[in-house]
Amino acid sequence: MTAIIDVDRLSFSFGSGALVQPVLKDVTIAIRQGEIVLITGPSGSGKTTFLTIIGGLRQAFHGSVMVLDQQLINSNEQVKIKVRQQIGYIFQQHNLLKSLTALQNVSMTLEMGNTLTEQQRLERSAQMLTAVGLGDRLHYKPDQLSAGQRQRVSVARALVGQPKIVLADEPTASLDKQSGYEAVSILKQLAKESQTTILLVTHDYRILDVADRVVELEDGVIKNT
Amino acid sequence: MIGWFYFPARLAWRQLVFDRTKLVAAICGVLFACVLVFMQLGFRDALYASAISAPLKLNGDLFLMHKQSEALWRPVTFKRSELMRTLGNPAVAEVYPLYLGLAPFKNIETRVKRTLMVYGFDPDSQIFSVETIRGQQAGLKLKDTVLFDEYSRPEFGPLRQLLDNGRNITEINDYKIAVIGLFKLGVSFAADGNIVTSELNFMRIFPKRNRSDIDLGIIKLYPDASIEQTQAELRLRLNEFVNVFTYEELMQYERNYWANMAPIGFIFGFGTVMGWVVGLVIVYQILFTDIANLRNEFATLKAIGYEQGYFIRVVFASAFFLAVLGFVPGCALSVGLYHLAESQIFMPMPMTLNKVTTVFVFILSMCAMAGFLAIRKLKAADPADMF
Ligand SMILES: Nc1ncnc2c1ncn2[C@@H]1O[C@H](COP(=O)(O)OP(=O)(O)OP(=O)(O)O)[C@@H](O)[C@H]1O
Ligand SMILES: [Mg+2]
Repeated sequence: MTAIIDVDRLSFSFGSGALVQPVLKDVTIAIRQGEIVLITGPSGSGKTTFLTIIGGLRQAFHGSVMVLDQQLINSNEQVKIKVRQQIGYIFQQHNLLKSLTALQNVSMTLEMGNTLTEQQRLERSAQMLTAVGLGDRLHYKPDQLSAGQRQRVSVARALVGQPKIVLADEPTASLDKQSGYEAVSILKQLAKESQTTILLVTHDYRILDVADRVVELEDGVIKNT
Repeated sequence: MIGWFYFPARLAWRQLVFDRTKLVAAICGVLFACVLVFMQLGFRDALYASAISAPLKLNGDLFLMHKQSEALWRPVTFKRSELMRTLGNPAVAEVYPLYLGLAPFKNIETRVKRTLMVYGFDPDSQIFSVETIRGQQAGLKLKDTVLFDEYSRPEFGPLRQLLDNGRNITEINDYKIAVIGLFKLGVSFAADGNIVTSELNFMRIFPKRNRSDIDLGIIKLYPDASIEQTQAELRLRLNEFVNVFTYEELMQYERNYWANMAPIGFIFGFGTVMGWVVGLVIVYQILFTDIANLRNEFATLKAIGYEQGYFIRVVFASAFFLAVLGFVPGCALSVGLYHLAESQIFMPMPMTLNKVTTVFVFILSMCAMAGFLAIRKLKAADPADMF
């Protein structure tokens, strides 16, 4: 089976001229569908940068990055938008829209496709929120929820569109031990049910056991474990 | 596709109503601009309407006026013989001169003098289409008699009451006359009041004027004659220093005077533009800070796959909602202010559908412009910054 994410000798630098700062150097990695991969490594090693390139949020120019059969190196905006729409994101901060309720936030993901009726969208979003344990908080605004609950809303938002890939950057950083572990377990459980690939950056060694594979990034180079 | 605009509009709406204080501030900004523009237009139209109210009430097919006459209230005279020459045209049925002059009128009670417009005409003619004048024309054939416009400003005194009490003697241009009746015409920016009298009495009030120098020539054609054709023929035959106007052209000429020649048109135009700019700045500020505050939210949506066009539609939808939300109360408030102004300045200020649409388009363009300026700020939302 071919890889859903296939990165070959990816190099990336910030800045230009004398100030050029290499962040990723000849990174090569292949990830299969349904795999759960954790990326760890010291601060500043380029983990976030790597994730944003995979997700089509940052443009890279050297090497090859095939995601969902799309080449992201030197890609145009349309290709990146197409890739983004098939990916679920979980950010370090929850990044929910504060004027919308949990339910409305989650269904924002579904409004993009516009293939469902309003009724179907709300039903699916409600189901997903129930699955993350927030069935009784559907109509709460983000500032009426706890940090852990907000992060679970963003898990629901990432998964409701049934993405092929979920990218998560330190999703447990702002949570305590208990709720952090809960959020990741829910993520894993839901993803396994639907063969979703997960790429998760974390410093949190308590959650390493959810992974199929752990990759360590140091100074922009992958260390094989 | 309904979703194309519906979804961004719904998001814009939800974001607007989320922060009530900010929403109220924004609505007040639009409302303010709205009222400002409504008042400017109201005063301007009242001015134009009243400026042309006198010729509007004139009964004629063609009108002769000296080319140097900027407007009816400051005419340049021309020879009566010029008007008489038009009788040579077979289409012309009757011609009548009209004499105009500004003169001080002494308030019967307070003896304070104030300037009004005096119209001198042939009492045998039917050149005024004002009902109340027609009924009293016979009285004007007497020496030193005038009719007074009831709609003149109150500073001239309560003429109706005074006439009922038999006090009708006063002075115009220091010449003693008797007010023998009232009619209804209305004031204009040029004159606070109106008096109608006979040609002969006019010459007595203005001793320096003579009957052969007229201010306006009124021409009536035979019923089956073509106005345009006769106008063209008269233009060829008459001396080049007279204008031959149709009824509409005469009104337009008056309107243009107030709009262009007089600084008043400029002042109202300026006020209107200022209203637009003030509203623009307020709405722009609101939209701009909104985008800045929502930068992270927009970047998040971008990261999950929303396109740039979606956010542009969100911003324009916000601008549209602000336009409507500000316009509705602004319009209602303006109706009230129009009534207030009518009672204060004695000028008609109707709220017409035309005005409502004009101002709405105006406010819409203002908000659209604000949105247009604000969307540049959207570029600052970079999804790569979200992780
Ligand atoms: N927008 C940027 N402009 C310039 N340099 C940047 C930018 N973002 C990150 N960097 C640099 O790139 C390097 C890698 O950053 P990155 O955010 O990928 O690290 P990280 O592994 O995610 O670290 P952490 O664990 O602290 O989140 C860092 O040295 C950082 O200074
Ligand atoms: Mg990072």
